[in-house]
Amino acid sequence: MKTNWFASKSGIIAVGGLIGAVAVLLQYWGNPANMGICVACFERDIAGGLGLHRAAVVQYLRPEIMGFVLGAFLTSLAFGEFKPRGGSSSLIRYILGMVAMIGALVFLGCPWRVLVRLAGGDGNAIFGFLGLAFGVWIGTLFFKNGYSLGRTESKNVLSGLAMPALMLGLLIIRLMFPPVEGQPQSGILFYSLKGPGAAHAPLAISLLAGLLIGFLAQRSRFCTMGAIRDVLLFKQMHLFSGVLAFVVVALIVNVILGQFKPGFTGQPVAHTQGLWNFLGMTVAGFAFALAGGCPGRQLFLSGEGDSDAGLFALGMITGAAISHNFGMASSPDGIGPHGMAAVVIGLLVCLAVGFFHLKRES
Amino acid sequence: MEMEVDARGLSCPQPVLMTLEAIGKAKQGTITIVVDNETSTENVTRAAQSKGWTVLAVDKAANGINTIRIEKK
Repeated sequence: MKTNWFASKSGIIAVGGLIGAVAVLLQYWGNPANMGICVACFERDIAGGLGLHRAAVVQYLRPEIMGFVLGAFLTSLAFGEFKPRGGSSSLIRYILGMVAMIGALVFLGCPWRVLVRLAGGDGNAIFGFLGLAFGVWIGTLFFKNGYSLGRTESKNVLSGLAMPALMLGLLIIRLMFPPVEGQPQSGILFYSLKGPGAAHAPLAISLLAGLLIGFLAQRSRFCTMGAIRDVLLFKQMHLFSGVLAFVVVALIVNVILGQFKPGFTGQPVAHTQGLWNFLGMTVAGFAFALAGGCPGRQLFLSGEGDSDAGLFALGMITGAAISHNFGMASSPDGIGPHGMAAVVIGLLVCLAVGFFHLKRES
Repeated sequence: MEMEVDARGLSCPQPVLMTLEAIGKAKQGTITIVVDNETSTENVTRAAQSKGWTVLAVDKAANGINTIRIEKK
């Protein structure tokens, strides 16, 4: 039997460590502080770059996201794992994506950024991590009781190609309409002039980093939510060892680069409302668990041809737009005017999805 | 008696949950698990081995369907 080294214990640890190093190096090369890689933030920036929301500080077509999908796509093709599939409660997954993003933007980051923020010394991320684990734990209770969104089926090849093609399209318009110094718009795209959206590594570095991570994660099945879920559900440390390696290596590289700044106040793109950091990530973690993967994993799966995972990612982009347009997203000053309502509604939606899908298939 | 688990079209953690449930019921003997992606194949074999079961064979069909046979004496 041909074995996949990346999916072995040493493989997942190496992959986690390498992704952690790349994440904080991206900050060194220009990405926002404690945001070297954040799938939620970057999808939110893409929503802004496309003009789906008009929060001027978070608008940029992040090439890392395109690299994630295209890297996983090319890798899955090369290893014969590209498989067009879908049809497992697709609309529900789209809505779970929206909810996950809305929760993540109350905390200001997805599970990937929880790790990056922890490695940067941001104490507020401890509440985010605990909330994430709590949300995933609620999700495992549903799985233990037979929760399932149903089986996928094979789909036409176009279904599988749609998400990689969409990302290629985004990359093409990014190349057609590059940022213009001092201009908030370039052709059809929006570009932040200040704030996190204005901080980015050069296009080639971001794209290559994304492609590399897409390759590594596709082979290793790296998943930040699955890491916590497998510990809680199976007492299995496999994926979690990758997450631990991520944090440890990112921390070491941060210390070397002078990017480690421990504390709670004044942390970059973060607020200090512990309860809402916890609850925001509870909602996100619950939604990721119900959908079967963290936001990064959903992108990698979409590259492999999983159109349901693609819909989840598109739901996240939609959720980002709604979140900013409706004042549900937080800012460094604290939660948005409708952040509390967002958390309550998000929890209710997740609970409804969970309870309605408890019945086992016969 | 040989048990069979059909986890085609399901993604993690469900194939592993179904396998562990079958392992819990069977206690010993042979179990066949059918999955349709490599990730589930890896996850199921890893879970079975962690419970002290031996992976006898993984048959990979051209259509992407993998049949995993595990055993405990």
